[in-house]
Amino acid sequence: MAAIASTSGEVLRAEEGSLYPALYRMEEAGLIRAEWIKKDSGRRARVYELTAAGKKQLGVEESRWESVSLAINRVLREA
Amino acid sequence: MSLWSRISNAVRGERLNREIEEELQSHIDEAIASGRDPKEAHRAFGSALRAHEASHSIRAAGWLESLLADVSFGWRQLCRNKVTSFAAVLSLALGIGSCVAAFRLIDALLWRPLPISNSSNLYVLSRKMTGFEGKPVEDGHWATPDFNLMRDALKNQADLIAISDADRTDMTWFTDDDMEKAHFVYVSGNMFPLFGLEPALGRLLAPADDRAPGASPYAVLSWDYWNHRFGRDPHVLGRSLHIDNQTFQIIGVGPRDFTGTEKGTVTDIFLPLSMNSFATQDSVDWHGTFLMLKPGVNPATAVEPLRQHLSAVNRAFEAECSKCFRGATQASIDRFLNQKLVFYPAGAGISELQKDYRRYLGVLGLLAALVLLIACANIANMMTAQAAARAQEMALRISIGAGRRRLVQLILVQSALLALLASVLGAFFAAWSAPFVLSLVNPPDNPARLALPADWRVLFFGFGLIILVVLLLGLLPALRASAVRPVAALKGGEDPHSPRRLMRGAIALQVAFCFLVLFLSSLFVASFQRLQNRPLGFSTDRLLLLETVAGKGQLPVVWNQTAEALRAVPGVNSVAISRWPLLGRIQINSDISINGAPPSPTRAFFLNVSPDWLSTMKIPLVSGRDFRPEDTSPGAAIVNETFVKTFFPGQDPIGRSFERGANQPLNKVVGVIPDVPYHDLREPSRAVFYVPFAEIDDKSAPRVVDFATFTIHTAQNPLALADSLRQLIAQSHNGLRVSNITTQLDLVRDQTIRERLIAMLAAFFAAVALLLAGIGLYAVLNYSVLQRRREIGIRMAIGSTRAGIVRIVTLDVFQMIALGGCAGVALGFGAARYVQSLFYQVKATDADLIALPTCAMLLSALVATLPAVLRALRTDPTEILRTE
Repeated sequence: MAAIASTSGEVLRAEEGSLYPALYRMEEAGLIRAEWIKKDSGRRARVYELTAAGKKQLGVEESRWESVSLAINRVLREA
Repeated sequence: MSLWSRISNAVRGERLNREIEEELQSHIDEAIASGRDPKEAHRAFGSALRAHEASHSIRAAGWLESLLADVSFGWRQLCRNKVTSFAAVLSLALGIGSCVAAFRLIDALLWRPLPISNSSNLYVLSRKMTGFEGKPVEDGHWATPDFNLMRDALKNQADLIAISDADRTDMTWFTDDDMEKAHFVYVSGNMFPLFGLEPALGRLLAPADDRAPGASPYAVLSWDYWNHRFGRDPHVLGRSLHIDNQTFQIIGVGPRDFTGTEKGTVTDIFLPLSMNSFATQDSVDWHGTFLMLKPGVNPATAVEPLRQHLSAVNRAFEAECSKCFRGATQASIDRFLNQKLVFYPAGAGISELQKDYRRYLGVLGLLAALVLLIACANIANMMTAQAAARAQEMALRISIGAGRRRLVQLILVQSALLALLASVLGAFFAAWSAPFVLSLVNPPDNPARLALPADWRVLFFGFGLIILVVLLLGLLPALRASAVRPVAALKGGEDPHSPRRLMRGAIALQVAFCFLVLFLSSLFVASFQRLQNRPLGFSTDRLLLLETVAGKGQLPVVWNQTAEALRAVPGVNSVAISRWPLLGRIQINSDISINGAPPSPTRAFFLNVSPDWLSTMKIPLVSGRDFRPEDTSPGAAIVNETFVKTFFPGQDPIGRSFERGANQPLNKVVGVIPDVPYHDLREPSRAVFYVPFAEIDDKSAPRVVDFATFTIHTAQNPLALADSLRQLIAQSHNGLRVSNITTQLDLVRDQTIRERLIAMLAAFFAAVALLLAGIGLYAVLNYSVLQRRREIGIRMAIGSTRAGIVRIVTLDVFQMIALGGCAGVALGFGAARYVQSLFYQVKATDADLIALPTCAMLLSALVATLPAVLRALRTDPTEILRTE
């Protein structure tokens, strides 16, 4: 969340807690895979990685975003 | 995978919560550990509770969670009222079990297709005609030559199959000493191939076995017989069995499920049609004829042309067969020839048992269904009362946002729990009761046998029944409860009468059904009692009947000698001989011709009896005398009173004579006896004449007798003597052998088996219905008194009399009883008309038969209302008003 906020120059801000419902939804859809690991500090943590389906979906979403933003940019420039 | 993980998460909700909790916590811990300010970290995280809730609903199947919560809540509700719930489950189990058992019996006997291929293409041929006596008759028996003509006529269009009725016959495997009985069926050789049946062992009968009379002495065992008689011994092939003087060789064993086409009887041995001596006779109608359509033919269009074709062939045959109607007038022959061929679907088999029991089983099913409905009404009332008690809880649930759908679900789940518990119990009850009822259907020595598998048909029915019950139980209370208006309910003042209105409706319904059950039961019980107590005209006391056979026959003198030997046994009071017993299986009629005139349209039944048979049976003479040893047949005759009325109206019959058909020898009437039932207890009196046991032919030489029955009056229990008497006959080595032992009392009892069975079951259902309705009435009244405690207390405080209190408490309930009772009477009359043919000398309009159920109903209503009335009267106004 902090990374998103800083990368976007504080434009995109969201509550950190809202991350988890989103993660769970993606997990239920089979786009990401989760695993409990034990950290060096002795604390348990759940780490997520993309599944094959998730990578494919990411590609689809990226290209869709690109085409949409491209289209919007063009429309804005024309006007 | 995803759905599965959501379902499994729903089941282990607590663990899921802990897991989510831990992950969210670890996120914050991580942030703090990485040096962020704890307060800032918490604030940046947002509402942990909302994240938790949202996560939970994503990862777990919510509908399942709510269902599980409802199940556990419903279970707790049931456990809270243990006695009520137990009674509810028990009464429901009885209702469901009875319904399933009735369905199993009805399905097995009437609906279940035979285990053959193309069973839906199978029809049975029957013919409707006007009998010689002018009454319409229907007959499904055919002469083999007629069958052969019809079969050849249809050659390429359809197949005809001949199958005889199952006949329980004496047979031996070794010598005459170990005689046993088995059910034989004669079939045409095409039956097994057309039914698509494969042998379990050896080969089955084939069309080649029809080729010539007597040319195929082969027998096929049914799998069932092979199993219980030979323990599935494969070496049974090639063994010989003997029937009378014929010998058959076992060539194979039929398939496992196939037990013949006669539902209710398990065929033991199949024999070729061509091996029966009747198969060559034009005038003996002895086997059934089935029609199998070719595969792929549409029955709707194919059957009628076939019927017309066969009709023409049959008519030509019957017209040709003129000797069948020796001595009948041309008019009655013409009437007889005017036959109408009919086809009936026979895919579910054909049997007398089906005809006899179709309506009885229908009544049984109706009674079971009514009891189930009564039980359902009880439980619906119970749930309505519970729901009304929970009106505040429901209102609260709705006002804090519970969907009404959830409330409906809550109550439906509870009724489903009840229904499931009850159906488990009911399944056990049905598993026990269906075979039990079946075992009571036929005489114990020849029980009806039906396959009663618990397969998908039964499961499907049971499942449908459970769903119906759940809806009946729960839907109305659920809709009522969910329609609760929170504002009114929470104020504590919604119309307090509305749940009672629903319950009173249920009471009226219950009373109507209960009255119907009681009414039908009283009709059946009265019918059984009247049949059982009808005056017989002969004694059944200590009368032993030894049905005896004599191979190719023995002269009457041998039979008389044997009777004499039996008389000498201590404990034997008297011995007489008749060809067959009264009320047994055999009935034979004969033309009657007076003074050489053509035979009258009415035929008379006869029986050959020895001298002293009348006195042994304790049948008094009205006039004339008993037979003497020197009387022979033809020669002398004793007639009954109906015979006199029919053939000698207004005359003194003694000394007059009649012939058995035109140009036959004369029989002179020597005595007259009262009417006694001849073949059927239910029949009206019929003309019967008795002739001497000793028969002579045209040259006055005595005829041999191949079977007869010794009628023995004993001093003590007749069956105690049976064995020694049978051995005595066997040891005399004169060719006589006892084939069956029974008593006259058993023959009379066997006549009332159906009536006894239905009366017993109807009485059982009536008792259950009355009990359930009583409990229902008690519960509703008790509930209403509890609910109106306030009102009653106030009324008492302002001076209402006790009579007034009783009146307001019971008035509306008794109105409901009256309403339900009237509806019940109307229903009862309707139902009774449908089953009128099952009654013996009982009419639905008999006053005492309406009075009986009415009294029973009123009495149980009184008993059921008494506790509630007492409770109302014991209401202490000061106590009630103090609590307000």
